Amino acid sequence: MSILLVAEHDNSELKVDTLKAVNAASKIGGDITVLVAGLNCSGVADEASKIDGVSKVLLADNAAYEHSLAENLGALVVDLASDYSHILAPATTTGKNFMPRVAALLDVEQISDIISVEGSDTFTRPIYAGNAIATVQSEYAKKVITIRTSAFDKAALTGSAEVVSIGSEQNAGLSSFVSQELTESERPELTAASVVISGGRGMQNGENFKLLDGIADKLGAAVGASRAAVDAGFVPNDMQVGQTGKIVAPDLYIAVGISGAIQHLAGMKDSKVIVAINKDAEAPIFQVADYGLVADLFEALPELETSI
Amino acid sequence: MKILVPIKRVIDYNVKARVKADNSDVDLANVKMAMNPFCEIAVEEAVRLKEQGKAEEVIVVSIGDKSCQEQLRTALALGADRAIQIDSDAKLGSLQVAKLLKELVDKEQPNLVILGKQSIDSDNNQTGQMLAALTNLPQGTFASKVDLEADKVQVTREVDGGLQTVSLSLPAIVTTDLRLNEPRYASLPNIMKAKRKPLEVIPAADLGVELTSKVKVLKVEEPSQRGGGVIVESVAELVEKLKNEAKVIA
Ligand SMILES: Cc1cc2nc3c(=O)[nH]c(=O)nc-3n(C[C@H](O)[C@H](O)[C@H](O)COP(=O)(O)OP(=O)(O)OC[C@H]3O[C@@H](n4cnc5c(N)ncnc54)[C@H](O)[C@@H]3O)c2cc1C
Repeated sequence: MSILLVAEHDNSELKVDTLKAVNAASKIGGDITVLVAGLNCSGVADEASKIDGVSKVLLADNAAYEHSLAENLGALVVDLASDYSHILAPATTTGKNFMPRVAALLDVEQISDIISVEGSDTFTRPIYAGNAIATVQSEYAKKVITIRTSAFDKAALTGSAEVVSIGSEQNAGLSSFVSQELTESERPELTAASVVISGGRGMQNGENFKLLDGIADKLGAAVGASRAAVDAGFVPNDMQVGQTGKIVAPDLYIAVGISGAIQHLAGMKDSKVIVAINKDAEAPIFQVADYGLVADLFEALPELETSI
Repeated sequence: MKILVPIKRVIDYNVKARVKADNSDVDLANVKMAMNPFCEIAVEEAVRLKEQGKAEEVIVVSIGDKSCQEQLRTALALGADRAIQIDSDAKLGSLQVAKLLKELVDKEQPNLVILGKQSIDSDNNQTGQMLAALTNLPQGTFASKVDLEADKVQVTREVDGGLQTVSLSLPAIVTTDLRLNEPRYASLPNIMKAKRKPLEVIPAADLGVELTSKVKVLKVEEPSQRGGGVIVESVAELVEKLKNEAKVIA
């Protein structure tokens, strides 16, 4: 068996998702090659070469891959695919974008969002907003898989693999990058943080999210949100936790003014400890909370900030 | 400009899925079904583009047995012009669905295909991307904004870091995210009108696509349940428990 794992990065930094995906890959077994495709990203390749369990890093440094356009990145991975039995990527928005393209071009059904490896061809994955877990087996010679990184620990950074540059340029000429608006934050990323504090519709407006910021700063936490808070424009889309947003599983998840709809629970119910603060004692969030506080968030949050 | 919108009949999003006692699948007997919410957003976007005069025709297609005609009628009531049911009662994977849709794209030659980014049953998030690959078309996934011009489309995408805007040559494939629009409700007169709009049935077998999925579902189980929690009486008690019992804060 030989695995090609496509790294998640932003050309300057390797994302934690990659370390978690490598851990998933090592449960499959076989040699692991990491592909770093981007522009001016040799630093990322060097970082990837230190991941435990990685035997080789391929560096495709070319303007065609700068923004991970699915048409170009997909073509690159398909071009490399013949050497590998498994093609893996973290189920980030990048992985979700190009991997099904790879699968279709290889005439293989993709297995999305795996949460465990049961064998080299058998995996589990959540379906129906995590209300059921399916065990699936792929009969294809080649497996194309995306990994739900919240379900895996990080691989360590004690290795030293060789980095090999590949000259390939796959420019499909179908799409081009126009612009991006990235949310700047000093805090850890949602999917990397060990503490997450999220606000819902109960926060009433974006300004009130400051009440969460103070606590987040003290706890080194990331700040998330429910769909309702994003839809209402309180906070940007990249803060949405849930079935169709980001999946998190931190040591501590604090849900504030969030009712606990199945779609929200799907994104956080595997957190180790869940705290819910809600003024409605009947809110479904209390059914998954280890510690529930029935209170008005506008009173509870300032008190919480001063007492931690 | 012609827009094709593939839609899927799924469990209603308000219903919590239950696993069958024999662990073979999820139990959908007597469960309320509806159009996948992301597909509703796709229909809405197509209809708005038509209303803005940017498109002439909106075609909706669903793959499934006769029951999916209900969702096709809903889409017609929301403003689509005609509907196609690709008739199949097989359990299809995203790849088989994408292959069937490719046959339809070849036949209908739409300028734009808009799909939901994921269906809330299988949660795969694959079909649009696969269709784009099979048709060798560009893709704009997880769209929160679609600017359609004569020969290209600009798509703003919801990505992990924020928003990314890409420009795609036409024809193109777009998949919808939650913020793209807020779908309308069908009015009673439009529901009545929809009954007379054309709905064509094409047997899946006529499209010459291999329909057998090679990913086998070995079993379907309930997720592990969380143990019951406690209600704390005060912020002070909460902090005490988080420090000394759960040991998650210092
Ligand atoms: C296709 C689809 C996908 C979806 N994907 C997601 C997803 O990924 N993530 C997600 O979160 N949702 C998702 N949803 C939406 C989901 O169904 C719920 O609508 C949403 O999670 C509700 O957000 P909320 O809990 O903030 O709002 P509400 O349900 O309105 O709850 C607000 C809560 O705040 C409490 N509250 C109000 N004021 C106070 C106060 N002063 N003090 C304390 N508590 C207060 C209320 O008691 C209430 O429980 C999706 C829905 C669909 C259809």
